[in-house]
Amino acid sequence: MIWNETKECMSRDEMSNLQSARLVKLVDYVYHNVEFYRKKMQAVDLMPGDIKNIEDISKLPFTTKDDLRDNYPFGLFAVPNSEIVRIHASSGTTGKATVVGYTRHDLDIWAECVARCLTMANVGKDDIIQIAYGYGLFTGGLGAHNGAEKIGATVVPMSTGNSKKLTTMMIDFGATAIACTPSYLLHISEVLAEEKLLDQIKLKSAICGAEPWTEKMRHEIETRLNIKAYDIYGLSEVMGPGVACDCEYHRGLHVCEDHFYPEILNSATLTAVAPGETGELAFTTLTKEGIPLIRYRTKDLTSIDYEPCECGRTSARISRFKGRVDDMLIIRGVNVFPSQIEAALIEVEEVTPHYMMVVDRVNNLDTLEVQVELDQKYYTDEIRTLQALTKKIAHVIQQALGINAQIKIVEPQTLVRSEGKAVHVIDKRKLY
Amino acid sequence: MLAKQLTVFIENRTGRLCEVLNVLKQNNVNILSLSLADTTEYGLLRLIVDQPALGKEKLSENGFSSLLSEVSIIKIPHKAGSLQELLKAIEEGGVNIEYMYGLSIEGEEAYVVLKASDAEKIETIFSAYEITTVTDEHLRGLN
Repeated sequence: MIWNETKECMSRDEMSNLQSARLVKLVDYVYHNVEFYRKKMQAVDLMPGDIKNIEDISKLPFTTKDDLRDNYPFGLFAVPNSEIVRIHASSGTTGKATVVGYTRHDLDIWAECVARCLTMANVGKDDIIQIAYGYGLFTGGLGAHNGAEKIGATVVPMSTGNSKKLTTMMIDFGATAIACTPSYLLHISEVLAEEKLLDQIKLKSAICGAEPWTEKMRHEIETRLNIKAYDIYGLSEVMGPGVACDCEYHRGLHVCEDHFYPEILNSATLTAVAPGETGELAFTTLTKEGIPLIRYRTKDLTSIDYEPCECGRTSARISRFKGRVDDMLIIRGVNVFPSQIEAALIEVEEVTPHYMMVVDRVNNLDTLEVQVELDQKYYTDEIRTLQALTKKIAHVIQQALGINAQIKIVEPQTLVRSEGKAVHVIDKRKLY
Repeated sequence: MLAKQLTVFIENRTGRLCEVLNVLKQNNVNILSLSLADTTEYGLLRLIVDQPALGKEKLSENGFSSLLSEVSIIKIPHKAGSLQELLKAIEEGGVNIEYMYGLSIEGEEAYVVLKASDAEKIETIFSAYEITTVTDEHLRGLN
């Protein structure tokens, strides 16, 4: 099934024309409504009239996560607050969150994109879908929710954190679909297996995203639960989940190209690489009103394929992600930058500024261990003091990042000292 | 009267305790008593040694986090019930014991090392009950 055949199956020429028209309109819109873009364009002597078609996009300056942070909270919004109906936020590289705002029209487009993805994942109005992404500032929960309502499915807004309730309702309601992170779904499959409930589920589709995963994980999910699992991609800055999704052929993720224009760039030169070559993914939001982004650098590494897909869709497909340009980690679906840990630890005077993050996956759930060294002044002969300290650090990190970390105090001088760019992360998960 | 205790932070890794002891051996620091408090991740090795300051210095030089702190070393008769009587006195005085361990015993007398939640208060209990405490120097003499 295809949700919007007109848009998802149009010829490459038609798509290019549509993108050109939308880009011209967008550039004019941001130039007149967002000071940040106006100044950036003026700095390179660019006027809205200089952008005549989609190929001209390469003339436009890039936008980065730092730009969002520097204009915190609403500096990049193109409309007054009276037009904004929803705010979402994700973690920034340091203390401040990255904030995005949506107009009513933006939410409609978002739901449309998610609707396309769910349809791709064989979910329709007859399905009962559990949304087990976090509801709140994170775009996962509400984003998937609105799209699922749009296609007319019966939506069960589970959110995260209660596996027992999730499995009980999955069985009692006869849920046929679930949207959650792939690692959480593997965990759920284990819970079901332990309770010997696997033969009682009616699940057929899973829409998994918010963290990188591998074909091996897909295979594991599909075999354990006897379902089909689909990969959904998105990022809050651009929209949220629904920017791209893979179909039953799993030959890359179909981008909702009429709304989000993808470019794959050579990280060093920032010029386009050929289709099939790996580079950094950048998006231009062609129709967004609240916080339109021009050539937003996602820092995700992927490649692109413009050939029509066997499923009938002609939209460009991006490959499974091959890594990150920066040091961002995704732990239990939460974006984590080592710099955030560093900033949090500065608040704790008992420890030195040196730290090491060890990320692993135990029973399909991500774990984060933060190793710290005790400052000499705080050496103690009491276990209780050390235990209180680890609790305090865990709390500080929980407050700053929103995730639970295991704190390990190590002996002095055992953590790597910065020599240029110090290695602060050991990621034992095999995600790419 | 308080005595010096040398505490060393040790990660739970194979051979780590042995390395600490090796540093002490190399510098001829003799151990009179020890206790090892362990968690899954790390341990605190508490030592009464004949040369605490030297021990700390050498351990620091070798990359160990160590600390000199003050504890009470109490002399009690080497017979059944004497430790219980000591603790009863401390309990009646309303002081908590953070940790405690025994010390080598020979002849008529035994020693226990303890750290109290309130260092001043425990001194008053000791005088009130005529409990004898000794310093680490005293023990060195015995050794």
